[in-house]
Amino acid sequence: MSIIINGSAAALPGDPRVSLLDFLREDLHLSGTKKGCNQGACGACTVLVDGQRILSCLALAVQFDGREVTTIEGVGHGNELHPLQQAFIEHDGFQCGYCTPGQICSAIGMAAEAQRGVPSHVSADLSADVILTREELQERMSGNLCRCGAHNGIIDAITMTVAADLAA
Amino acid sequence: MNPFSFTRASDPTEALRLFTGNASYLGGGTNLVDLMRETVARPERLVDVTGLSDTIEETEDGGLLIGAAVRNTALAEHRMVRTRYPILSRAILAGASAQIRNMATVGGNLLQRTRCTYFYDTDGSRCNKRAPGSGCDAIEGFNRNHAILGASPACVATHPSDMCVALAALDATVHLTGAGGARSLPFTALHSLPGDHPDIDTVLDPGELITAIELPWLPFAATSTYRKVRDRASYAFALVSVAAALKLDQGRITDVRIALGGVAHRPWRALKAEAALRGAAPTEQVFRDAAIAELADARPLKDNGFKVELAKRTLVAVLVDLAGVAA
Repeated sequence: MSIIINGSAAALPGDPRVSLLDFLREDLHLSGTKKGCNQGACGACTVLVDGQRILSCLALAVQFDGREVTTIEGVGHGNELHPLQQAFIEHDGFQCGYCTPGQICSAIGMAAEAQRGVPSHVSADLSADVILTREELQERMSGNLCRCGAHNGIIDAITMTVAADLAA
Repeated sequence: MNPFSFTRASDPTEALRLFTGNASYLGGGTNLVDLMRETVARPERLVDVTGLSDTIEETEDGGLLIGAAVRNTALAEHRMVRTRYPILSRAILAGASAQIRNMATVGGNLLQRTRCTYFYDTDGSRCNKRAPGSGCDAIEGFNRNHAILGASPACVATHPSDMCVALAALDATVHLTGAGGARSLPFTALHSLPGDHPDIDTVLDPGELITAIELPWLPFAATSTYRKVRDRASYAFALVSVAAALKLDQGRITDVRIALGGVAHRPWRALKAEAALRGAAPTEQVFRDAAIAELADARPLKDNGFKVELAKRTLVAVLVDLAGVAA
């Protein structure tokens, strides 16, 4: 049983109780993914599995045999930041930084969903192409809480990268 | 979390064979893993059923057959669901967060447990659902989120799902397989009212497995929607929700489906309101009277009296919107 983390294979834990989050942080020492509430309410633990954003705190690692996981450590290329990481710096998208890895992984997954036309709760027309207005971004990112005051910076950073990309 | 063994089933037969003793089927884990961490659920064996059918197929009579392992996002974004059953897409999209919808399966959504905080509070609260016979601390406690319809002296919890409210309105069918073979149930017969046994949420036999959900051919469901009222704009459970589909013909309501969420131990199919509406003119007064008829049996608790009027107003608002579209 093995799992691919940021392009490298790793053996899954023997104890099925280990969450994907604890596996990443405690076993693989990839501490970029954060443990906030540990009950699926805050989004700090968001990672990408086969390109889809999920909550690693509610995921048992053993369920992800053979799957590809991308964490915040794997979104850039070497020393080159992911455009969203750069945008978070430019737009003050963080203060304490604890929600940031989850916000960025979530935004990457959100962009892919929007690209393939997944509607949201605030989409007036379920079948129309997605236009990532501020209202759409706020709804689509509502699973990631920021409690220190950077929310508007986060939405600005995503708007300048993801929404601009989609519009192009 | 208590120790457990983990196995993965590749088909329903194998799932039934692996389910022995104190076992649970595991879907996306978004509710069960949390319940296990809080030791509300203590299975000794988990059977992962996410490898079972995850396809959505059109049936011979024009409905849809949805595999139990289909993820919530995949169902909400499916082209036919969006156009033929917007009520279902909208209900799913109103629930949880995008991350959770990417994980959660259709089968698991049906079997999620209440989010009553007393149910979760293993250290400090009595709960007949968690520990049968221990009592209910919600009845005299903080019960703003609790049931106004169909509750019992043993339990006032609500069913948390949004998707299930749409399925109740749509007259969906649940396909099951178990030790006694395969069977099908009307969706509205799946979930129980609490009565004296609130520890039992559904009529499923032990080890019985949900294999699929079937939506009937229902052309007028193209004019349908889901409206959810909650304490914040997103990512919160419903105080009250309404799923409805409306068909008008020559100024009369010729068919209608309504279900309410956030008000009862199960998704609440509003048959009284539907009966009051069939054949009537689609006026706001008619809608209001139908809502009053449905909520006539409401029995609010100390903190949730507001839900009675909220449910009525939400139902009227939804019907006014649909009548505008259907006209």
